[in-house]
Amino acid sequence: MSIAITTQFICFTVLSLVVIIGALGVVLLESIVYSAFLLGGVFMSVAGLYLLLNASFVAAAQVLVYVGAVNVLIIFAIMLVNKKEDLKPINDIKSRRIISTSICLTLLSLLIRVDLTNVWSLSSPQNSIGEESTIRIGEHLFSDYLLPFEVASVLLLMAMIGAIVLARRDVMSKDISTGLPVDQELIEKSSEPLLTNKN
Amino acid sequence: MEYGLDLEYSFNEFLKGFGLSSEIAHIIWLPLPMLLVLVAAVVGVLVTVWLERKISAAAQQRIGPEYAGALGVLQPIADGLKLLVKEDIIPAKADGILFTAGPILVLVPVILSWLIVPFGQNLLISNVGIGIFLWIALSSIQPIGLLMSGYASNNKYSLLGGLRAAAQSISYEIPLALSVLAIVLMTNSLSTVDIVNQQSGAGILSWNIWRQPVGFIVFWICALAECERLPFDLPEAEEELVAGYQTEYAGMKFALFYLGSYINLILSALLVSILYLGGWGFPIPVELIAKFLNLPINAPFIQVFTASIGIVMTVLKAYLLVFIAILLRWTTPRVRIDQLLDLGWKFLLPISLANLLITAGLKLAFPQFFGG
Repeated sequence: MSIAITTQFICFTVLSLVVIIGALGVVLLESIVYSAFLLGGVFMSVAGLYLLLNASFVAAAQVLVYVGAVNVLIIFAIMLVNKKEDLKPINDIKSRRIISTSICLTLLSLLIRVDLTNVWSLSSPQNSIGEESTIRIGEHLFSDYLLPFEVASVLLLMAMIGAIVLARRDVMSKDISTGLPVDQELIEKSSEPLLTNKN
Repeated sequence: MEYGLDLEYSFNEFLKGFGLSSEIAHIIWLPLPMLLVLVAAVVGVLVTVWLERKISAAAQQRIGPEYAGALGVLQPIADGLKLLVKEDIIPAKADGILFTAGPILVLVPVILSWLIVPFGQNLLISNVGIGIFLWIALSSIQPIGLLMSGYASNNKYSLLGGLRAAAQSISYEIPLALSVLAIVLMTNSLSTVDIVNQQSGAGILSWNIWRQPVGFIVFWICALAECERLPFDLPEAEEELVAGYQTEYAGMKFALFYLGSYINLILSALLVSILYLGGWGFPIPVELIAKFLNLPINAPFIQVFTASIGIVMTVLKAYLLVFIAILLRWTTPRVRIDQLLDLGWKFLLPISLANLLITAGLKLAFPQFFGG
């Protein structure tokens, strides 16, 4: 085995281990903050796997979108509403755990079966386009994948407008959840008077 | 345009002379440029810290450091040594693992980004195809480290500082990336080497700053905001938040934040000089000088001259920008958080979008000036 292949093998083993252990940690850990940070680690390792597959642009995009945007937003949200509360014990926790584990194991066995039975058409390393892939991705995005790309951006725009409408109560005359009329004054104003009922 | 010294090739040939295989030679070669860049980054930080102390002193009509070495040049080393031997404290109620991992996560992406900084045609660690995009992606990891250390400190000032840092860096990343995109549009490549070569046609006249003045200003403002320098140092605003996410840190962990922020400042200055100020290019093209001296461009003397002038020019331009950043820090007041977000979302974002559209239009109209 040449040194390059050995390095690649070591990198692959380490990255896969981090992905698997990290993903298990995201699901199983009690602390939601740890889960969120571990999720970032998993995303990073997936980007590393892309790098090993010579897809450097996809790897960088993975880091930018998933680590830099999605994961940061998740952590941000967790920290903004970081209430320390004890979770209520659930009565039928055991049966729930058994059901969810069996569903996950079924999905896993399905995936393994697909992996084993499907004939993967692997391109040889000589045919890989490497650095060229950025240009190819751009060409695809502006030709045969133009419609899905544009539909995805319209979807994101809709989600963004929806989020703004939900967050800015002053654009709605009624409260969405309760149906009560909303006071149209400053959002920053507290809904309950702060100092009146103190005495 | 494949000229310049190829140090890697000659080093490998030299080792092969001792009977080593080319793979072993490659492995011995690999750490050398990385080590060199690491040393360069740390020395750059020492110089910047000294400049910061001296220039701030001049701005406030003080003398500044004077006794440690001539003109106080050893003062940063004394600072570093002090931090090195200080006790490493982890607060009792803090989260030990996250508290330690935070500063590392802040520093590592910044140092990794030096991978793409070219000091000459072949004087960079790796000419990766995704080049400048790699830097944008890596710099988006930093907020996680800041949030992590802010949370782990178990201190409300730290948490607020971390949240502010993340909000600031998310909002300024978008105009930053859009102004980089305008440059990439003109270059037809993400690689930093190609970006500099595209500006090397006519010396100072072909630098991107003349074709992208708006992009230059937007990029510089965003880079300052990403570095959390005054006027954008809200995450560590002393009067409001003690020291933001660094409040609980001491010793070497604090030094990691300190190093990280200064390395980031130098890196941003280097990238501004690469993207807009012609990188390693001399204001007069080297080809003209070679012609004037009647030497072929491949002559050894010209090659060594090109390489050294490349390094000098890159560092000089970067330090000019660092000087401006230091002057800005000691002369401007801090913006409020709402002004900061207004500036980012309502001013810089539309302007950089318009800049991108105009660049695309100009590229279609005048392909010979704006890259074909």
